[in-house]
Amino acid sequence: MSDAQHPLDLESPRLSVKKPAVRFDKQGERPDGERLAAAMTSFVKDFGRTAAAYMDSCIHCGNCAEACHFYLRTGDPKYTPIWKLEPFKQAYQREAGPFAWLYRALGLKPAVTVEELESWQELIYDSCTMCGRCTMICPMGIDIASLVGLARHGMYQAGLVPHELWAVAERAEREGSPLGATPKVLKDRLEWLADEHEVEMRLDRPEAEVLVTFSSIEIMKYPQSLVATAKVLEHAGYTWTISSSGYEATNFGMLSGNAEWQKRSSLKLIEAAIACKAKVMILPECGHAYTALRWQGANMLGRPLPFRVLHISEFLAENVASGRIAVKKVGKSAAFHDPCQVSRRGGATRAPRIVLEALGVELREAADTGDLSFCCGGGGGVITIHRADELRYRTTALKMQQMDATGAELRVTSCSNCRQTFDDGRAHFKWDQQMGSLLELVADHLADRPAGQ
Amino acid sequence: MELLAFARGPGLWLSLAVFCLGSLWRLWAIFRRPAKHDYAEPRSTALAAGAVRAIVTRMWHHRTFRERTLVQTLNAYGYHIGLAIVFFGFVPHIVFIRRLTGLSWPAVPGWLFVTGVAFVFVGLVYVFFARLTSPVQRLLSNFDDWFSWFVTILPMLTGMAVIALPLHESYPPAPLDPVPVAIHLLSLELLLVWLPFGKLAHAFLVFVSRGMTGAAFARKGAGL
Repeated sequence: MSDAQHPLDLESPRLSVKKPAVRFDKQGERPDGERLAAAMTSFVKDFGRTAAAYMDSCIHCGNCAEACHFYLRTGDPKYTPIWKLEPFKQAYQREAGPFAWLYRALGLKPAVTVEELESWQELIYDSCTMCGRCTMICPMGIDIASLVGLARHGMYQAGLVPHELWAVAERAEREGSPLGATPKVLKDRLEWLADEHEVEMRLDRPEAEVLVTFSSIEIMKYPQSLVATAKVLEHAGYTWTISSSGYEATNFGMLSGNAEWQKRSSLKLIEAAIACKAKVMILPECGHAYTALRWQGANMLGRPLPFRVLHISEFLAENVASGRIAVKKVGKSAAFHDPCQVSRRGGATRAPRIVLEALGVELREAADTGDLSFCCGGGGGVITIHRADELRYRTTALKMQQMDATGAELRVTSCSNCRQTFDDGRAHFKWDQQMGSLLELVADHLADRPAGQ
Repeated sequence: MELLAFARGPGLWLSLAVFCLGSLWRLWAIFRRPAKHDYAEPRSTALAAGAVRAIVTRMWHHRTFRERTLVQTLNAYGYHIGLAIVFFGFVPHIVFIRRLTGLSWPAVPGWLFVTGVAFVFVGLVYVFFARLTSPVQRLLSNFDDWFSWFVTILPMLTGMAVIALPLHESYPPAPLDPVPVAIHLLSLELLLVWLPFGKLAHAFLVFVSRGMTGAAFARKGAGL
């Protein structure tokens, strides 16, 4: 498949490839037997101790459905989170479970088929944002989202990734960015932004305390975030840099299920941070980037990282608390949308609240918030998939309603992917609100410092 | 009497052996799988505390989920506690356990035993119909679910046949016939034999899966 078949759509409220006239949801030309073998090899490799415990523990109570926005908004039982893993469970019981030999010998568990995997593609990709809300309800404590991540590895190996998600992941691997934010594009944008906003954009400095990374969504859609990052770092007085060899924090290898691409994307950032002797790597307002680098990055390297990894909201919270970043009061009320990967699955739920408090914002929490917040509907790569649009809009509407019910004046988040999901929902529903950025809110309210301080 | 002798002797020991070895096998099958070292800088190293916290706190749903799960949760507690009362609190069962282990404790009052029995029957019947009528549970259900339900309710049914409890008579009632006793014991042995192989193993796997997630989330400093 060539680029001509996957032209980028950078004009619409959400960025992806243009809606394909003909879908290629089955990659490559291979006999089904080979696809299946590749999927099974991957599945079995991923059945580690924790996955095995989870696979063995499900009691089929169906509680997980009650936490899933896709089920709650449709009532369709196929969106029950654990059901999305059915072929994965079947493969476990037949290939790796405690009684696998018995199942195979007596033919008690049929082998998974390619047709089955194809029909499950929609459940593994289109209707799971890996938000992990189901983990919060499971009486057995099964972390279903992590299993979906593993199941995607097998799906990728079988060449069964949704067209658009595959296309952006492949582009990211080939060009270094899923949305065309190549090093040249980045450099041009930084020069333009530096001129336009009269702010220093420190590119490729040989040494720096802080290495800044971006999401290509920010680079291509929300360049104001790049300016905000620079303003905040200049204000705080850090030596910092952006590296043209490692700046793209999104990781579509992880979202699509290609573990090798995930590793290569992560290593680019890690090597860039090591090269400039950074003490801190700042991850942008991007949820899955946090999971990829903060919690999986060191495992990609195979040893602890020689620098700290902070989400931008954590960085802001630390520096606001220490006084290194001084802010003026906003004087408005706001509802905060927690990015699932940063809050619930990342453990940084407190950080944005510390920042909002420092900004003097009256925080109005939604009915489901913090660790129990609903996903925006666009995580896990779902935002890229055109055929999932209608389903996604239903879930975004739920979140919009909860935010509106707070009656807050502002809506704020710390994930550019959530932001573009809300932007797309806004265009679709003619929503009269706008999802803003926590980082930009801080940058717009930096206190004036006397020169030299 | 021969059937009862088998049920009290070889049948019982065989089923206990299958139960113990099967459970160990089930656990070993999990812990033999590789566990990758996690190099990410932990936010907390109190992993054991996280595991214990998850085991305890996951006994009750977060407020936001309660409305949609309350009946199912209360029912589950009802029949689990009912089963514990029936199994551990009924005089003949205590005598049975004392004969096996030498351990004994006071029986529960008759009214509590009868209440326990009622909770188990009502609860299991509810579970059966919920599984049939809930689109989600119906989709998820397989042989394991139905057979596990069957082997759970069977000892209750056979037990009722043993005691043939007339409510106006004194408690505890005496067994009437050795054959029903044998059948009751054999039904318990079926439960013991099946437990490690199906979803009833959640009796011990619940600590494993909750504990693993609790430790992993504690490492990340994430709430659960």
